[in-house]
Amino acid sequence: MQGLRGLAWLLSFQCLGELLSRGFGLPLPGPVLGLMLLLPALRLSLVRDSVAACADFLLAHLSLLFVPVGVGVMTHLSLLARFGGRMLLVIVLSTWIGLAVTAAVLWWPRPAPHD
Amino acid sequence: MPRFVELWIYLSAQPLFGLTATLVVYLLAQALSARVGGAPWANPVLWSVVVLASGLLATGVDYGSYFAGAQFIHFLLGPAVVALAWPLWQRRAELRQRFARILLAALLGGAAASGSALLLGWAVGLPPDVVLSLAPKSVTAPVAMGISEKIGGIPALSAVFAVLTGMVGALSAKYLFDRMRIDTDPAGYAARGFALGTASHGIGAARALHVHAQAGAYAGLALGLQVVLAALLMPLAFRLLGH
Repeated sequence: MQGLRGLAWLLSFQCLGELLSRGFGLPLPGPVLGLMLLLPALRLSLVRDSVAACADFLLAHLSLLFVPVGVGVMTHLSLLARFGGRMLLVIVLSTWIGLAVTAAVLWWPRPAPHD
Repeated sequence: MPRFVELWIYLSAQPLFGLTATLVVYLLAQALSARVGGAPWANPVLWSVVVLASGLLATGVDYGSYFAGAQFIHFLLGPAVVALAWPLWQRRAELRQRFARILLAALLGGAAASGSALLLGWAVGLPPDVVLSLAPKSVTAPVAMGISEKIGGIPALSAVFAVLTGMVGALSAKYLFDRMRIDTDPAGYAARGFALGTASHGIGAARALHVHAQAGAYAGLALGLQVVLAALLMPLAFRLLGH
């Protein structure tokens, strides 16, 4: 029941985000605005308890949600056949650069032990 | 004796098929991953995509009829992005305490991932719209598609790049971090998780969560931050660059 109520909250905030994004022509997508609006609302235990139940479930299975889009790779086979190797090279290298830079900024100098 | 070919043609055109196939294949891929102790190469998204895409190609089912069913799973990406408020909220104390460093890591990491993709893509001679589609690849797929549309990329291609980026991070980040001598204590896991969430979004975050709770929490935090920062700053940066 909490999970279902949580889903209702998430969808409501997404709707609100979509309305604001479209209505005011904001540069942020609806779900992102929904996230930002939900954040202060989590102060209320009425919202927080049910959202927690649903969010934990959704985020635990987050990788499943990428499968349908990933299968879409089959619609770009000709592009992949022509540029696949180069695209993969760019993706692998740039991902490593992104990972290394982010981790380095957080890691060096080492955070104080009490953190 | 029922005519299997006709029955298959009927079933494969139903939304029921795409939805069932996605869920069942993913659960099998996850079971395989669990059996081999969660080894990075057994990434469930990677194998689900490989099995489903080759299965569809082999049986001649087009992506459109598959997606008619799979869209019900795809749809949940929207509420999942909203749900990222939850890990952000849970880590609000740490976020406040190390705000400058965390924000700097998210900004520099995101800029490095996207800037290096643009530069490398241009350097190896990819077509301009493909290069632009690479820019938002470190952001979670639904948001990457929105950004791609705004900056002149191909949204569907950006989504595929985003999924690939997530898999690359999930598969290889461990070896990179070990080489960088980042510890496997709570502070080290925080840095590892945050980097995975920043550069490899939801798929990286799922990997981080699988490895360590602290890494997973920081990955969720990074994922939420990256979504907000990228959606806000990336179209702005491209407008300033005169695109």
